[in-house]
Amino acid sequence: MFGELIRQKSFGVSLAVFLVLLLAPSFLPRFYIYLLAVIFVTALLAMSLNLCVGHGMLFQFHHGVFYGVGAYTAGLLLAKTSIPWWMAFVAGPLAAAFAGLLIGLFCIRLNKLYFGMLQISLGSLIWAIAFRWYGLTGGDDGIHGIPIPDFIASTTGSYYFVLIVLGICLFLMYLILKSPFGSTLQAIRDNPERCAAVGIHVRHHQLKTIVIATFFGGVAGVLFVVVEGSIFPDLLFWVLSLEIFIMCLLGGWFTFAGPILGAAIIVSLRTFVGTYTEYWTLILGVILILLIFFLPEGIMGYNYRQLFRSRTKYAHDSQME
Amino acid sequence: MLRVEDLHKSFDDFKAVNGAHLTVESGQLVAVIGPNGAGKTTLFNLITGQLQPGRGRILLNDEDISKLPPHVICRKGIARSFQIANVFPRLSVFRNVQVSVLSQQKLSNKLFRPASQIAVEETGRILESVGLVDKKMDLAGSLSHGDKRILEIAIALGNEPELLILDEPTAGMSPDETATTMALIQRLAADQGLTILFCEHDMEVVFGTAQSIMVMQQGGTIVQGDPQTVRHNTEVQEAYLGDE
Ligand SMILES: Nc1ncnc2c1ncn2[C@@H]1O[C@H](COP(=O)(O)OP(=O)(O)O)[C@@H](O)[C@H]1O
Ligand SMILES: [Mg+2]
Repeated sequence: MFGELIRQKSFGVSLAVFLVLLLAPSFLPRFYIYLLAVIFVTALLAMSLNLCVGHGMLFQFHHGVFYGVGAYTAGLLLAKTSIPWWMAFVAGPLAAAFAGLLIGLFCIRLNKLYFGMLQISLGSLIWAIAFRWYGLTGGDDGIHGIPIPDFIASTTGSYYFVLIVLGICLFLMYLILKSPFGSTLQAIRDNPERCAAVGIHVRHHQLKTIVIATFFGGVAGVLFVVVEGSIFPDLLFWVLSLEIFIMCLLGGWFTFAGPILGAAIIVSLRTFVGTYTEYWTLILGVILILLIFFLPEGIMGYNYRQLFRSRTKYAHDSQME
Repeated sequence: MLRVEDLHKSFDDFKAVNGAHLTVESGQLVAVIGPNGAGKTTLFNLITGQLQPGRGRILLNDEDISKLPPHVICRKGIARSFQIANVFPRLSVFRNVQVSVLSQQKLSNKLFRPASQIAVEETGRILESVGLVDKKMDLAGSLSHGDKRILEIAIALGNEPELLILDEPTAGMSPDETATTMALIQRLAADQGLTILFCEHDMEVVFGTAQSIMVMQQGGTIVQGDPQTVRHNTEVQEAYLGDE
């Protein structure tokens, strides 16, 4: 099962990048190691969203909520209970996937934009709980100084942990996209009516995709807690969901690795240009407009593929066996 | 095998299918003919579950399938092609067919095995039987119109159907392509013992191939029978052959 993967041209490149990243703490200043860790966490989040958006054409508009659910679950368990750390880490993604299943069950009945709209409303409910339930969640302030196990508490320790988990998750996502499940998902993206006519239960397949994607979103949430040691309601706020959506569009949503590129660009911009201010949403808006303006059909069509043909591999490249 | 009894379907006030009757026996090649707008596509959409009938029954091996969704009907053994080429444009020709083979083998949910190693033989065999092997690496969206129509049939074959339904399989084809496609359909029926139901608005194409012909007009069935019976039916002559 690994043979095919290893024969891919991009595998060598990925391996080289991974090795350089393994060595990075020995030559990069601490701040950049921290920044890289943040990029990795966000890249995983954007990649998980792209399972829905790019490969499934499911308009998962409020994916950030599942990131938040993963982070809050792990963070609260670590801060308020004495269960072993690894159980908290496992509980995060599971809670996120469960939230994904619940919200997905409602949204999946609707199509396209309506799917996304309902998800924004339901997701905002979860945000409101995190925001209002002061006694449990610390409300607006969130919870800081969450106890992280010693071996991953330092900047370098958390960097390595995030890098390795990201590597594992990317590998799993790659396998999923290349599997019969992934092929079928991409077929549904292209033509749901035809899929139903070949005996595929389209809504079930989409719901499973949402559960898988929200699970990985939850993993990213746990990694956020590892890197930052804190949780706060902005994790579940719609601005973050918009950001990661833009990362997918920007990096190339029909490609496998595009969202990683998108995450690197947006996180760097956010770090060097502005934080969560009104200006930041303005900048995001401008980026979105530029995207739509320069790629008028790109949002729904083929343009991304042409644009990124030379730079990134398609998720479905190996179909050309 | 398939029996359609007094089927009705209205869009708002318009009766697109209005008293359609149809019988398909196992192993037969059956044609539905009628002018454009007669309701052929709507009838097929009712049979395969894309639409729900207002009234009437659709019996597949004596089971009423008229209320079932498309994917369940497909699993019961009816596969189809669409009048407007309906493929997976961003996937390769190979993968287009493989998706339906995987669905047939109940492998669509396999998560951690590369699809490139599953159902390759079966998919290859189908591509060979329809003559698309050379183009298996091409993106389906880049095929010519004629090849897309053939790919449609190949996708349907991936389901190993008991009954194959083809909606105007030669629509928009050149005379050459039409002849090739009709030959392919006859070969599938003969070699694989497939039961095939197809529709056409062109009479010529139908009389040479079909064993049983159902004539539709304005949503209703005028008559169904073998080509001789249909040709000599006075109602058909007035209603259909007469205008030619
Ligand atoms: N979804 C629909 N909504 C409204 N009218 C429709 C719809 N589908 C088909 N019709 C109408 O029903 C009639 C029969 O159409 P159709 O079944 O496509 O005919 P055929 O396939 O025999 O050419 C046509 O007059 C068409 O305009
Ligand atoms: Mg038609």
